[in-house]
Amino acid sequence: MATEAHAAEGATGYIIHHLTALHVGEGFWTLHLDTLFFSAVLGGLFIWFFKTAAEKATAGVPGLVQSFAEMLIEFVDTQVKDSFHGHSKLIAPLALTIFCWIFLWNFMDLFPVDILPLVGSLMGVEYLRVVPSTDLNATFAMSISVFFLIIFYSIKIKGAWGFTKELTLQPFGPWLLPFNLLLKLVEEFAKPISLALRLFGNLYAGELIFILIALLPWYIQPVLSFPWAIFHILIITLQAFIFMVLTIVYLSMAHEDH
Amino acid sequence: MSINATLIGQMITFALLVWFTMKYIWPPLFDSLEERRKKIAEGLAAAEKGQEEMQLAEKKAKKFLKEAKEQSSEIINLAQKRANELVEESKETAKKEGDRVILAAKAQIEQEIQQAKEGLRQEVATLALMAAEQILGAEIDQAKHQDIISKVSNQLG
Repeated sequence: MATEAHAAEGATGYIIHHLTALHVGEGFWTLHLDTLFFSAVLGGLFIWFFKTAAEKATAGVPGLVQSFAEMLIEFVDTQVKDSFHGHSKLIAPLALTIFCWIFLWNFMDLFPVDILPLVGSLMGVEYLRVVPSTDLNATFAMSISVFFLIIFYSIKIKGAWGFTKELTLQPFGPWLLPFNLLLKLVEEFAKPISLALRLFGNLYAGELIFILIALLPWYIQPVLSFPWAIFHILIITLQAFIFMVLTIVYLSMAHEDH
Repeated sequence: MSINATLIGQMITFALLVWFTMKYIWPPLFDSLEERRKKIAEGLAAAEKGQEEMQLAEKKAKKFLKEAKEQSSEIINLAQKRANELVEESKETAKKEGDRVILAAKAQIEQEIQQAKEGLRQEVATLALMAAEQILGAEIDQAKHQDIISKVSNQLG
């Protein structure tokens, strides 16, 4: 929706420019380089931090880095233990990755909207959208991965037959089989869609408001962007947390055999 | 704002991140947490045990102290008793010795009195005889008047 408005001027042009991704390719095979680049860098940051902590991990007195990493680990582990009652080597690390990665994505939202694009334009990059979670591809990539895991574990734990039975025989019994299937399919597909859209919508709207504030005269900007940014510190953490908790809940549902 | 191949790229990145976290990050950090938890639990248990032992030792020490006190007071009592006994004994001995000395002195005095009496008696007898001789103007035969002399000297005694 953005590409046709290249030439637009003024406020609309500014907004559209800010919401256009740096991309290569055509049609489906378009790649949003900025999304890929920033999420990879942030993922690297996450890995680097935790790897540093893990390498120095000691059962003795922990250092600052280790304490912080352990705090996050403990936090995630508590969430997992609260809602997931099976044994899985995947879920806790998955939840940690989701929480930290999404938090870092969202954190990019707190950079002033013009700084990184300005740096980019100085380096000859025309468009730059720095918050990966304002890209549907990023949020859907994560939620669809989670969706695949839900399907995988449903089949693994309940067996193909058990999963099929769950899809077709509940909640109304065998006589309403097609209706059951329809309900269940909606239920299942609602999971990744709601996960992705909730995160995307919140961050996209937040970023849009930052952009709108940036259009105002400079002396009004701080009055609005300061409280909004503070509010966003809460939002970005909350969104990361919600995504993580829902992932755990969905996966524990997939593990439950009725 | 369309779904495109970025999605696939992002999914690959995500999978890599999760794999890496699962393999190299979660286990060591989690293990160290667990280990520390265990250490702390052990430490707390040890501390509790130590405290208990200390209390026990304190009790023991108190008991020993009490026993020692009792023993010492007993010893002191015994010593006191023994000292009293010794004093009594020595008093007794002294008294006996004194009595003995007094008795001996008395006996000696008695003897001396007897001797003196004897001496005096003879003296008196001799004097009486001499006086009688003078008075009678004649000799009194000692052998004849032995009876009278001894009567007189007996009356003197």
